[in-house]
Amino acid sequence: MSLWEYANPKKFLALSGRILPIAAWGAGLCLVVGLVWGFFFTPDDYKQGSTVKIIYIHVPAALMAINIWFMMLVTSLIWVIRRHHVSALAARAAAPVGAMMTLIALITGAFWGQPMWGTWWAWDPRLTSFLILFLFYLGYIALWSAIENDDTAADLTSILCLVGSVFAALSRWAVNFWNQGLHQGASLSLDKEENVSDVFYFPLLVSIAGFVLLFVALMLLRTRTEIRARRIKALIARETLS
Amino acid sequence: MIALLIRDLRLALRAGGGFGLGLAFFLIVAALVPFAVGPQAAVLSTIAGGVLWLGALLACLLSLDRILALDWEDGSLDLMASAPLPLEALVSIKALAHWLTTALPLVLAAPVLGVLLQLPQAGFYWITLSLAIGTPALSVIGTFGAALTVGIKRGGLLLSILVLPLYVPTLIFGAELTRRGIQGMDTSTPLLMSAGISFACIAVMPFASAAVLRVNLR
Amino acid sequence: MEMLRVDNLAVTRGGLPVLEGLSFTLNAGHALVLRGPNGIGKTTLLRTLAGLQPALAGTISMPPETMAYAAHSDGLKATLSVAENLHFWASVYGTGSIDGALDQMNLRQLATRAAMSLSAGQKRRLGLARLLVTGRKIWLLDEPTVSLDAASVREFGAIVQQHLQTGGLALMATHIDLGIDAQVLDLTPHMQAAAQLRQDQEGFF
Repeated sequence: MSLWEYANPKKFLALSGRILPIAAWGAGLCLVVGLVWGFFFTPDDYKQGSTVKIIYIHVPAALMAINIWFMMLVTSLIWVIRRHHVSALAARAAAPVGAMMTLIALITGAFWGQPMWGTWWAWDPRLTSFLILFLFYLGYIALWSAIENDDTAADLTSILCLVGSVFAALSRWAVNFWNQGLHQGASLSLDKEENVSDVFYFPLLVSIAGFVLLFVALMLLRTRTEIRARRIKALIARETLS
Repeated sequence: MIALLIRDLRLALRAGGGFGLGLAFFLIVAALVPFAVGPQAAVLSTIAGGVLWLGALLACLLSLDRILALDWEDGSLDLMASAPLPLEALVSIKALAHWLTTALPLVLAAPVLGVLLQLPQAGFYWITLSLAIGTPALSVIGTFGAALTVGIKRGGLLLSILVLPLYVPTLIFGAELTRRGIQGMDTSTPLLMSAGISFACIAVMPFASAAVLRVNLR
Repeated sequence: MEMLRVDNLAVTRGGLPVLEGLSFTLNAGHALVLRGPNGIGKTTLLRTLAGLQPALAGTISMPPETMAYAAHSDGLKATLSVAENLHFWASVYGTGSIDGALDQMNLRQLATRAAMSLSAGQKRRLGLARLLVTGRKIWLLDEPTVSLDAASVREFGAIVQQHLQTGGLALMATHIDLGIDAQVLDLTPHMQAAAQLRQDQEGFF
């Protein structure tokens, strides 16, 4: 049996209907465990105090922000090459979730940055890249909602996603270069993972798992909604034609 | 293909063709900046390069929806698509016409406006060079955005939202080239990157533009 | 001589099939008029034949570089002169000369006038002159008589007739009798089949 069989909307609905509750409950469980563990049962950082605990939201959200775009890139490619409708709809469904993850990463980053660096925002390469990523998400979502015909919208957004990915990677590189050019040696590093010890590491892993499952649940839910919306459209079209 | 270029240039230069609009916008931006940040020469000369780059970029952006929308509205885009003219060539020529009528005047005007903004002596050379290298990418990427939004009524704002993130690398390297040039620093990396981005865009983007145009025409 | 052959063609509009099972052939010197109520898919069919959109099923065969398409609108540039408009299309199609078309369409005196200053009938004549300068045999015409008065319609009919006599073909969507000897293809029966959305096509059900 081929994996592509699940590209059939009917089979996808059946399968996703079984996965959805598991993912949703798993997400809830992991998030509660990860966040409670992280917030209340880990010691304060000797330098950063309790501020460091925002890591349990910030890092998973940032990870998801990038990976959701990557997932959209893959599903867009599948749509362009194999013309599976579910693939295009999954990309569409994932985009707002990805945009929210990016926004969460930016906002929690600001909350973290304020006490640490004394500023809500710095034009650090990572922050800047996430801001640009957020703009890409906005453009992608705006294009989807501006086009009436679903197949046309799927084609155009897929190509935008492919072109956008290249430019996003290029921007990441450009921003790295640009920032060094601006303030040499004075840049703020966000590489906290390096000095994270096991005490912080395991609740972080649980929290990341929670975010992944949350995304899976939201994405499946939204894709199912999109499929049903397409069914309604097809039914209306059939009614108008006959 | 030459015929299409001549046609587009003629259309741009005739009444209602919009030639000079971008240039006027560029002038206004350069004239308004001192009102916003104050007339101190020291402040202005620091930001002059960046302001000129941003102004040129926005002036380019302003004129993007004319690249394909007019031909779409009067049906000539359909006729050209069914004519023996590859869409890849069509969008390349369209981008070239946009560069010649909109971006090239901006490149030439930038040093003049640099005077208004107290651009340092060395900057006149670097702003002209960096814009000349970077603006072809702006035209080609902009044509991609225009092709994406050609079927959408009042797609102007959407076009800006789609194109601006794509302009980021060009802007960064172009403005950085100007800044480093003025400060007498090593310019080889931004110079090569600007040129590389422009050449890569010219080589690859027409295929993406033609693909989205094909989708929009069907 | 057989020039245009369409086999079991199905066309879509906005992702939905609108016409199915279209088969016809058209020989040199003949015209075919597409009939059917508004919205049945005449424009969609012509655009598919013109290669602007892919067919859902079936085949279209015609010799390469023989087709010219004219849409509802003439695609004229208002600020360009009549001659400039024609010169552009002549070079796109690689035919070069516009003199024959100017004379045939009686546009010689208007050659230097801007297209925006032409009357509706004159514009349509310019649109037809554009078809002539393409030098193509197969004309795909979408509502070619829109905005023409009775006299201009007769004039237009004569020009199509002339095109047919010189070995050309015309396939057009029109409601008006042009006074030319043309086969008629009623699209209505082909719509009936298309009205049923294929359930298995996208698998959404």
